[in-house]
Amino acid sequence: MVSILFFLFAGLAIACSILMVYHKNPLYSAISLIGVFIALACIYVLLAAPFIAAVQVLVYAGAIMVLVIFVIMLLNLEEDKQLTRLRYLYLVGVFLGLALLVQTFFIYHAVIKTPNQKAEQEATAGLTLNIGRAMFTEYLLPVEIAGVLLLMAIVGAMILSRRGEQVKIEEFKRRED
Amino acid sequence: MEPSLASYLALSGILFTIGAVGVIVKRNAIGMFMCIELMLNAVNITFVGFSRFYNDSTGQLFVFMVMSVAAAEAAIGLGIIIAFFRNRVSVDVDDASLLKN
Repeated sequence: MVSILFFLFAGLAIACSILMVYHKNPLYSAISLIGVFIALACIYVLLAAPFIAAVQVLVYAGAIMVLVIFVIMLLNLEEDKQLTRLRYLYLVGVFLGLALLVQTFFIYHAVIKTPNQKAEQEATAGLTLNIGRAMFTEYLLPVEIAGVLLLMAIVGAMILSRRGEQVKIEEFKRRED
Repeated sequence: MEPSLASYLALSGILFTIGAVGVIVKRNAIGMFMCIELMLNAVNITFVGFSRFYNDSTGQLFVFMVMSVAAAEAAIGLGIIIAFFRNRVSVDVDDASLLKN
């Protein structure tokens, strides 16, 4: 049963990701990417990780993709242009893809031969209780660093996306005088 | 029958491959950005898979870290794309080949 669900969602994820790369229109790519994220959330549920599945839907399929689709619609992007300069990049892409696929096959073979790869029946690692306990005891410092990183991202995004601020400040001062 | 660890790793590898090829082939900055997100997700499957098969929470904690880095990357990356679009009226990475202005 779990196997059938795994192959269903894995197939969905792979199909959606291929569609994402194939589509020229960035909006269709974004919607395919949401399909990949939802399929991966289902796979996390199969892996007995409900917390990660929920965060995947909230953060990736929710926050990040809303931001991406907002930017696509804001910039009113048209279809992706054909490669004009750097035409050899297609060849590089094919070779890179083949190399990575060979590596994946190699890893699959190496791992499937090792014994002791049965999942334990009782999966306690994915419980929110255990993750929270690890997060606020053993891994407190990385969590704090992640918080600082997010603060830096907020400040950086505000600085990057403001425009003509100098003019506005001068105008404001003139109005005040 | 449950799928083995190897099948999760294979899924992760295939998704990573598609994402890496997409980064090379796409010329659109937002398309490349989405392919990078796909690669990060592929790595997350590996983390959660090992966490399940060794019954250890650490892997899932690091998935959480990867997600916060991805969120920061989304905010900064899209800010850069908007700033670039404002200057060049394009998000084609070929137009970003000059180190002037």
